[in-house]
Amino acid sequence: MNNTQSTQVIFEISKPGRRCHRVPPCDVPTERPLSELIPSNHLATAPPALPEVGEIDLIRHFTNLSTRNMSIDTNFYPLGSCTMKYNPKRHERLAALAGLAALHPLQDDETLQGILEILYEMQQFLAEISGLPAVSLQPAAGAQGELTALYVAAAYFRDKGETHRRKVLVPDSAHGTNPASAALAGFDTVTIKSGPDGLVDLSDLKAKLGDDTAVFMITNPNTLGLFETQITTITDWLHAKGALVYLDGANMNAILGITRPGDFGADMQHYNVHKTFTGPHGGGGPGSGPIAVRDFLAPYLPAPIIVKDGAKFRLNYDMPKSIGRVRSFFGNIGILFRGYCYIRTLGPEGLKRVAEHAVLNANYLRSRVAQIFDIPHPGPCMHEFVASVRSLLRERKISAKDICKRLLDFSFHAPTVYFPLVVPEALMMEPTETESKETLDAFADTLARIKEEDPEIVRTAPHTHIVSRPDEVKAAKDQKLRWQPPTASNQVSRER
Amino acid sequence: MSYILNTPDDQKAMLTAIGVESIDELFAKIPHEVRLNRPLDIPAPMAEMDLQAHVTRLLAHNRSAADMVCFLGGGAYDHFIPSVVDVIASRSEYYTAYTPYQAEASQGTLQAIFEYQSLMCVLTGLDVANASLYDGGSATAEAMLMALGITKRQEVIVAESVHPEYRQVLATYATNLHCRLRTVPTPEGFVNPDDLRACLSDTTACIIVQSPNFFGHLEEMAAIGAAAHRVGALMVASFDPIGLGILRRPGDEGADIAVAEGQGLGVPLQFGGPYLGILACRDDPRFLRKIPGRLVGETVDRHGQRCWVLTLQPREQHIARANATSNICTNQGLLALRAAVFLTALGPQGLQETAELCTRKAHYAAEQLTQIPGVSLRFRTPFFKEFTLRVPGDPANLLAKLRSAGYHAGLPLGRWYPSLADCISVAVTEQRTKAQIDGLASALRDCLR
Repeated sequence: MNNTQSTQVIFEISKPGRRCHRVPPCDVPTERPLSELIPSNHLATAPPALPEVGEIDLIRHFTNLSTRNMSIDTNFYPLGSCTMKYNPKRHERLAALAGLAALHPLQDDETLQGILEILYEMQQFLAEISGLPAVSLQPAAGAQGELTALYVAAAYFRDKGETHRRKVLVPDSAHGTNPASAALAGFDTVTIKSGPDGLVDLSDLKAKLGDDTAVFMITNPNTLGLFETQITTITDWLHAKGALVYLDGANMNAILGITRPGDFGADMQHYNVHKTFTGPHGGGGPGSGPIAVRDFLAPYLPAPIIVKDGAKFRLNYDMPKSIGRVRSFFGNIGILFRGYCYIRTLGPEGLKRVAEHAVLNANYLRSRVAQIFDIPHPGPCMHEFVASVRSLLRERKISAKDICKRLLDFSFHAPTVYFPLVVPEALMMEPTETESKETLDAFADTLARIKEEDPEIVRTAPHTHIVSRPDEVKAAKDQKLRWQPPTASNQVSRER
Repeated sequence: MSYILNTPDDQKAMLTAIGVESIDELFAKIPHEVRLNRPLDIPAPMAEMDLQAHVTRLLAHNRSAADMVCFLGGGAYDHFIPSVVDVIASRSEYYTAYTPYQAEASQGTLQAIFEYQSLMCVLTGLDVANASLYDGGSATAEAMLMALGITKRQEVIVAESVHPEYRQVLATYATNLHCRLRTVPTPEGFVNPDDLRACLSDTTACIIVQSPNFFGHLEEMAAIGAAAHRVGALMVASFDPIGLGILRRPGDEGADIAVAEGQGLGVPLQFGGPYLGILACRDDPRFLRKIPGRLVGETVDRHGQRCWVLTLQPREQHIARANATSNICTNQGLLALRAAVFLTALGPQGLQETAELCTRKAHYAAEQLTQIPGVSLRFRTPFFKEFTLRVPGDPANLLAKLRSAGYHAGLPLGRWYPSLADCISVAVTEQRTKAQIDGLASALRDCLR
């Protein structure tokens, strides 16, 4: 990360007349002016003022920019709740095959038999892994999977005439997408407290559970990395009230082949294929958020679903109770395909080993970190755990954020910070199964070292990166959200 | 096969450090009655060689745009992708990173997204663009949510000529919110501004219109925008980014929010996703408060050096939770990068030439195909790279015959528009050659003989 190449914006290296891509000459008649084909009131007087650069300019610019990122391929990336595991390279090669990459989404089914077979199998794998038999591959990411499942729940209750069920219960340790999805699906969100043990507070749940409850959204293992041991009590209570249980599947990596949401009482769940089945993450997407639900909810899934008729596969749009669509076409197939390759590579024992070693690595790292920082909730943990540096902040004025920034100097990506909200000065660490003991030891040694360092060095970190401590307040105040040429008039307009 | 590194010795040492005897003990808190006490019922593992053979064999059962001559459109197009796009997007510093919350460790992604946002502003003629959404359909729905929030009105008007799947997405979102979604019919293949005016009122939050529309035709955007603004409603304009090489920009036509499917900007067809949802809007505090998804902003670091961060985050779900402007978290970062590289590679001239090639080839194709007896253009308004043909007989039958001849010749429209059951839509990109177009015309002539 000691790259000192220029940080010019692509527009700033533009020079009129330079070009990269060239199109071939037009091989159809060009005698008629364009305005005879498209009336001039629709035509722009000039093309958009895109940058003008040569091919080597472009390649150097974006290649140099890439070296200013930390990534799984270059650094340990223990970002809690994000499952930053190794992304196998075989997936990239296979996803680039023309038989996938050049498939148009609206081709006739008879020309799609290969991809439909793969996706049909993927539906079956996801059903088996969740213990929930009906799958929709459509949602584009975990948050859209949540929203889709809540739409399914809303349609189910409308169909049953139970429109009085207005409430979605969400634990206080939940991901922010849970309440945001509930609001977008038209529900009112009710927050359920966590107890001191980090688990759902059953008395609070009991007090808030009522005939107006539609869905309880639970993350299990939860965002503290703890398995909700009273899960069957919770799901029994919800079902006794006629409500549904939704599982936020962000943390599936911990339970693959060990336990299944369908078996512990969840009625619906999403997967984050980019997490559990090593997507990859793409610098912030694309993800893929397929959902699995119980049979009685299957009629409400978004259409189409892939079905098998004899030896043929087809897209079934004939779903009169379907909620409709949440996006165009069929889903983030490129990511689902990589997930398929991953599941086929690992097989049943391999997937279970993923969970076992994700949990082993997390507990090993936890045992090391417990000697350095406070870990408020008792172990063993599942795939991740949350440390609190509140006492360090009090005693040495070193915050969770400071530790994150200082870790970057030692070539470690930071853990997730200040989440979940129930732990003050939280550092949420998820090592994943693809890291070695040596890496975990080096990381823990570094945390121990940072704890003892001169606080001023920690508070001003990072010291080895191309930038340090961006001014976020200024970013929010100035709202410079696009590049503009530095003319006087622009400066005036931005300062208004 | 696995990607696990722990050796038996490592495992033993780690268990000792934890203070347990076995890995099983770590799972002791999972109640026994919910354990899966059998192997998952999924196929046995495969080595890389076997996986490659297996997947290659299955994918060979497809007949893709690489195997056939592709004239399919409907929101996904067979545009050329310069090799520089694949080379940059294949850099694992980009594709194995995640959301750039740690700005110092993510300046590559952050600057690339800032450049993407800037390019989208240049492209659309609007002032603000977000860091991307999932796809054209959900971007349209997010624009609707924005408009409802900004105007605090409850009726949304959508043109029937908007992509039918986008309209289905709108309907799904609207069903669960307090709003009414009305569709303006477009029997002539475009929005008649007079019909539209009759639907508009002071309860209208926005009119959602697409140009070029689903049929490939150009809408009278300026008139539509003016009609919307007259009643205090917003215009949400869905556009084709490739078209903007020659067509007037949404911002110049009065669009308040512009959205698009960005697949044409260097994203492989890959059977419908991942694609790229583009959203841009006016620079207005009311809009900025309601814009969904991530935004990258410029700032300086503690040394005064220019750098980039995620900004205006209080709008987003991880802070606002139930009051967030949208539930979106992960967006389409890698596709936004592809779009930025694509537009940089093309530059103004390349984009203009590409759009002009699409136009000329589509019009050439329309001329050639409509010389065939019984084949005619269904609509009479100007089109860009896609057009609607009325064909004799059952289109499904005809298209099947054309597939046997090696052509993905078009989309049967009856599935979405019963009144167009005798029509197909044909899309022509810059990649189609004169020989391929002539070949399609000749094959169609043969099929109809």
